[in-house]
Amino acid sequence: MFTLKRIAVLSAIALGPLISLSVVGHAQSLGTSISESQLQSFDLIAPPDGSGYPEGSGTAVQGRDIFERRCAACHGMKGEGTSALTRLVGGDMQSEDLPIRTVGSFWPHASTLFDYVQRAMPADAPKSLSSSEVYQVIAYILNLNEIISNSQILNKETLMQVEMPNKDGFVDRSQAP
Amino acid sequence: MSELKLEKVANNGLINRRHLFGLGLAGIGTLASTSLFGATAGLNLEIPGWSKQPGPGASGYGARSRFTDDMQRLAGNPDPFYPGGGASRSPLHQLQGSITPNSLHFERHHAGIPDIDPAQHNLVIHGLVRNPLVFSYEDLLRYPMVSKIYFLECSGNSSTLFGSTPADGSVQSIHGLVSGAEWTGILLSTLLDEAGIRSGASWINAVGADAASMGRSIPLNRAMDDVMLALFQNGEPLRPSQGYPMRLFVPGCEGNISVKWLTQIKLTSEPSQFRDETSKYTDTREDRKSLQFTYPMGTKSTITSPSGQMKLGRQGIYQITGIAWSGHGNIRRVEVSADGGRTWADSMIESHQSVKALARFRIPWEWTGGNAVLQSRATDSHGNVQPTRMSLIAEKGNIGTYHFHGIQSWAVNAAGDVTNVYA
Repeated sequence: MFTLKRIAVLSAIALGPLISLSVVGHAQSLGTSISESQLQSFDLIAPPDGSGYPEGSGTAVQGRDIFERRCAACHGMKGEGTSALTRLVGGDMQSEDLPIRTVGSFWPHASTLFDYVQRAMPADAPKSLSSSEVYQVIAYILNLNEIISNSQILNKETLMQVEMPNKDGFVDRSQAP
Repeated sequence: MSELKLEKVANNGLINRRHLFGLGLAGIGTLASTSLFGATAGLNLEIPGWSKQPGPGASGYGARSRFTDDMQRLAGNPDPFYPGGGASRSPLHQLQGSITPNSLHFERHHAGIPDIDPAQHNLVIHGLVRNPLVFSYEDLLRYPMVSKIYFLECSGNSSTLFGSTPADGSVQSIHGLVSGAEWTGILLSTLLDEAGIRSGASWINAVGADAASMGRSIPLNRAMDDVMLALFQNGEPLRPSQGYPMRLFVPGCEGNISVKWLTQIKLTSEPSQFRDETSKYTDTREDRKSLQFTYPMGTKSTITSPSGQMKLGRQGIYQITGIAWSGHGNIRRVEVSADGGRTWADSMIESHQSVKALARFRIPWEWTGGNAVLQSRATDSHGNVQPTRMSLIAEKGNIGTYHFHGIQSWAVNAAGDVTNVYA
């Protein structure tokens, strides 16, 4: 009868140079402990509950310059987009025609804007904006959508208070069969 | 051909599937073989040149025949506004069986393919766990592994069929964002158990190491079921385009949640509401509410041959073949129609199919030069029946562009041209 140890050794032989031949214990516990404080710069998740946001702040007035330099080439000077896929502003989920889905009309959480810009934008240089620049540029996008004023300061507390127009527009299907 | 007694089982030429076995149908074969058949008939066969000199010997890494170089994925043009983004589609019309070669497996990237050194890559499991852990690639290779055959489908596959006019497409351009492979890795539950799930944890949030740090939230109950940390595909280490050195693999579910280049799993009480589960990969209904976290891919099939943009070269017997799959279980039945869905015949399904894997189906069909509309309809082990396109749109609307799994139609005209139609 094969023990787990024997199976692991046989696997190691079969894999050859991929791994070194190792003696494995009866229960696998090969992860190394790490603390949350060691993950502060690694963990970019910025969810709606406000946990995990960096320091920093910004207003739309401050964000306009960054937006025009770093974002407008794809998203247009006023967020009107260079295609339907890059449009950030306008649209109406209740329109008679097919709804135009943008940050303003469609996105249910302001947190997603921070999370996505911080991890993935600008597309040609992701993660190149400072935390304050992210707060500033998302303030500008929210202001273009007339969701916040151009002087409202966004930071890790105030961002959570921004209500998006389509906040009740989603149906959770995660437990559907 | 006329001397054979072939039992017709539905209108317009469909023949009982049992005739696939042992009858030696002279005319059966691939569409490509018909011209060859005609060209060589009546010639005296000679010993070919390659039979008269030795060829090259064994090599360290295999290559395909140069005569099959035209078998390629179909990739869109690079988008200057979306560096590294986009997809490539599997050549389903040229493939057989239910396993897609790794070089031809479909791709979807959100910020290109990272060039990851596995020695520098980490997988972190943290959040609502008793003991946050980091794993190296070397660590992970020492865990007990499982190998399973699964399909993977992008939820945007076949989305053109939501459109009001039928695209003049091939099975590759319409349905090519689905592939099948054997995936080997570690059950995620093994690693989550090692970290120790704390009470209150209901979701895992998975993040990749690509330039988009693409993330998705997945309910913990699903993550503890059949979800795998995949390290190998069809026996070899993952290709970079499929997430090397490691990816999440969520069987049966929309491909996007099988996060590639996996580097972070954070357990939380609520989903992170990532961009790719709010703005994208959600289905807006006619009432303008949008379905979110729609994971399983619907019960679906498509005929891969004959299929769009092919041409039937001569009348006679063809083998209709295709693939079927379901995110809910395995495929129990695939029916085929040659008259646009008025009459149906059962196809033969390969017997070695697995749960949440591609199933290959076949049925003989005699084309006598008339018009035909070929369709396939899958039924899965839970009794889910693939809907017609119109009933799917009646249920889902056509604002959304994800999760199309309706019946699709290939029309054959008198000239033998095969085109995508709405029927």
